[in-house]
Amino acid sequence: MTLGRLLRTNAFRIAALYLALFATSMLALVTFIYFSTADFIERQTEETVDQEITALREESQHADLAQLRRAIAQRSVGPLRSDETLYLLTDPNLVPLEGNLSQWPDAQAVRPGWISFPLEVNERGKVEVHQARAALLDLAITGRLGHYHLLVGRDLKDANLFRSNMLQTLAWASLLTLALGVVGGLFLTRNMLRRVDAVNRTSERIMRGDFSQRVPLTGSRDEFDQLATNLNAMLDQIERLMSGMRQVTDNIAHDLRTPLARLRARLELTLLEKPDAARYGEALRLTIAEADTLLGTFNALLSIAEAEAGARRDMLGAVDLEMIARSVAELYEPVADEKGLALIITLDRGVMVRGDRHLLSQAIANLLDNALKYTPQGSVTLTVRAENDKAFVEVSDTGPGVPPDQREAVFDRFFRLEGSRSTPGNGLGLSLVRAVARMHGGSVRMEDSEPGASRPGLKVVLMLPAIETADHPTPAPRRAPLGVA
Amino acid sequence: MVCGDMKLLVIEDDREAAAYLVKGLSESGYVVDHAPDGRDGLFLGTSNQYDAMIVDRMLPGMDGLKLIGALRAAEVRTPVLILSALGAVDDRVKGLRAGGDDYLVKPFAFSELLARLEALLRRGSPANATTKLQVDELEMDLLARTVRRAGQPIELLPREFRLLEYLIRHAGQVVTRTMLLEHVWDYHFDPQTNVIDVHVSRLRQKIDKGFAHPLLHTVRGAGYMLRGRGRVSS
Repeated sequence: MTLGRLLRTNAFRIAALYLALFATSMLALVTFIYFSTADFIERQTEETVDQEITALREESQHADLAQLRRAIAQRSVGPLRSDETLYLLTDPNLVPLEGNLSQWPDAQAVRPGWISFPLEVNERGKVEVHQARAALLDLAITGRLGHYHLLVGRDLKDANLFRSNMLQTLAWASLLTLALGVVGGLFLTRNMLRRVDAVNRTSERIMRGDFSQRVPLTGSRDEFDQLATNLNAMLDQIERLMSGMRQVTDNIAHDLRTPLARLRARLELTLLEKPDAARYGEALRLTIAEADTLLGTFNALLSIAEAEAGARRDMLGAVDLEMIARSVAELYEPVADEKGLALIITLDRGVMVRGDRHLLSQAIANLLDNALKYTPQGSVTLTVRAENDKAFVEVSDTGPGVPPDQREAVFDRFFRLEGSRSTPGNGLGLSLVRAVARMHGGSVRMEDSEPGASRPGLKVVLMLPAIETADHPTPAPRRAPLGVA
Repeated sequence: MVCGDMKLLVIEDDREAAAYLVKGLSESGYVVDHAPDGRDGLFLGTSNQYDAMIVDRMLPGMDGLKLIGALRAAEVRTPVLILSALGAVDDRVKGLRAGGDDYLVKPFAFSELLARLEALLRRGSPANATTKLQVDELEMDLLARTVRRAGQPIELLPREFRLLEYLIRHAGQVVTRTMLLEHVWDYHFDPQTNVIDVHVSRLRQKIDKGFAHPLLHTVRGAGYMLRGRGRVSS
C-alpha cells in the first residue's frame, strides 16, 4: 500500500479533515490557557507589589526618614536575587538612600504609577539582565522638603520563565497530539483500506474468471462484514443464474439441435429424390409443423427465462388467485370431460397474491395440462386455499405419480420421465411453474395425492406469499361454479 | 375472404420478410404498397388512403411505435397491425398503447396474419353497437344473453357465449386459435393441449347438431369460420 494511494483515499481525507478541525480547536484552547495564565501571573505580581506599597505607605505616614530607611533596609537584606522584591528609596533628587537597587532605573519618568525596566542582576557571579516591573510612589516625609521617591518592584524573571515554560509545554503537547492524530488517522485509514482491498482483490479474481472466490469475513459483524455478506449473497445469486443460463444453453443446444437436424435431413432427403410436387408439398408441410414445434419450445424457454429474470417484478399487482384458477379450470374443463376425467375444483374466495396474472395463469394451466395428460382415469382436483400468510394452489390427480427420487428433477428443463417421452410435450411446463413460483417469492413441490394408498397419485403444491385481504373485500358471489364433470 | 380492392401499406425493413408479405398479400387479392423504413412509411401513410397498415416494430430511421404515434397524431385512423419479434406481454401492451390495433409476434403463420388482417378490416362496421347478432337462422341477443337457432333456444355456458359472440362478429372470416385464446380468454400463452379445439367442438355440438347445414367450419391449417349459407348479416 503506497503512501500516495493512502493520501488519495477518502478515509484518509476524512481523517485529515478531522485532524485539521481538531488542531484548530486545540490551538484556540492553548492560546486561551496561555493568555489567561500569563495575565493571572502578572496580576499576582502587581498585587504583591501593591500590598508592599500599601504597607510602606502606612508606615511612612507615622515615621520619619530614619524609620522608613530602617524599614526598607530590613526588607531588602542581602544581595539582590531574582525572587526578591525590589526596593529603592531616593531623595527628591533621585539620589539612592536605601534599598537593594543601586540606582534609579535609567530613563524612567518619575511619577507615580507602574513602570517596566531592565534590571541587572548578579546571578552566581554572572551579570544577567532581567525584566522588572515596579510601582513608584511619592512620599512626603515629615520634616523634610520635597517629595522622596519610593520604588517597589519585582524581578519578572521567574514569571517570564514560568510563562515560557508553559508556552513550551503547550507547544509540545500540541505537537504530540497532532502527531498522534496523524499516526492514528493513517492507521485507521490503512485498516479500512485493508478491508476494502480484500473486496477489491476478490472482485479482481472473479473478473479474471475465478467465480468461486468470495469476500473473506472477519466475523466482527461490523459494516464491512455486512457488506461482504451482501456481496457474497449477490455473487451466489449471480453464480446460480449463470449456471442456470449455462444449463439452458446446453439443453437448448442439445434439444433444439435434434429436431433441427431432423428437419434439415428431411429437406435434404426430399431434394435427393426425384422432383415431385406432391412429395415436395408434403415435405414442406411437415417442415413447417416441425418449425412450429421448435418455435413452441423456444417460446416456452423465453417465458421461463423471463420469469426467472423477474423482469416484470415491478409490474406485479394484486391479483385474485381464485379468479385466475377458475378461468384456467374453465379452459380445461372440456378437455377433462372429453377424456372422461372428473375435474373437481374447490376454490376459496378472496385469496390474493401480488403477481402477474398471465404468468400465474400459464403456470396453473401447465399444472392442469400435465395432470390431465398423465391421468388415464379418475379425477383431477384443483384447489386454491389460504393458510396464514400463504396461498396454495394444489393440483392433485389419480395418475401414476412421480417416484420420490425424481420429484426435484422433473422441474428441470427438458426433463421427462421414462415412459412419458412418447406423450406430446417439451419438458418445459414444470420448469415454467417453478420459475413463476420463484419469481413470486414462492415455491413448488410434489407429494403423494393420497399418501399410503396403493396408487397414491400426485399432488403438485404451488405455494405463494398471500397478501392482506383486508383492503380487498371478499368479492361478491359469482355465477354458480363451473359444472363438475 | 374480404378483398375487393383493399389497399394495404407494408412497412418492413427486412427485404426478404417484406417480399414474403407483399407476395402473400397480393396473392390473397390485396393491393400492397411497401415502404422500407419509417420515414417513407410515414410519408406514404399520410399522403395516401389505405385500408390497413402492417408495421414492423423495429425500423431504421424511425421506430415502428413512434411511426404509429406520428400517424395517429396526423389524424390517420387507419387500422395498424404491428409485427414484432418482441413477444412478451409487456411488449404487446406497449405496442397497443402506442396506437396499434393488433399485435402479431414473428415468426407467424401467414394464415394467422390474414385472419387478423381481415378482422381489422372488418372492424369499424356498426356491428359493435347492436344488441342482436345473427347468422342465417342463428340469433344471439346480447342483452338477454340468449341464443336461438331456428327459434329453438340453445343453452350456453358464459364462456361458450363469448366464444360464439366472437365467432359471429367475425362471421365469414377465418378466426385462428390464437385469436380465440387472446380475445375470448385473454391468454397470451400457448396451452400445450389443443384446448381451443375441444371448446369449439363442444360449441359446434350445441349449435350445429340436428341441423342440416353446419355453421361452424374448420379451416384446415388455419382455424375456424362461422359462415352462413346466404350473405352474412350482423
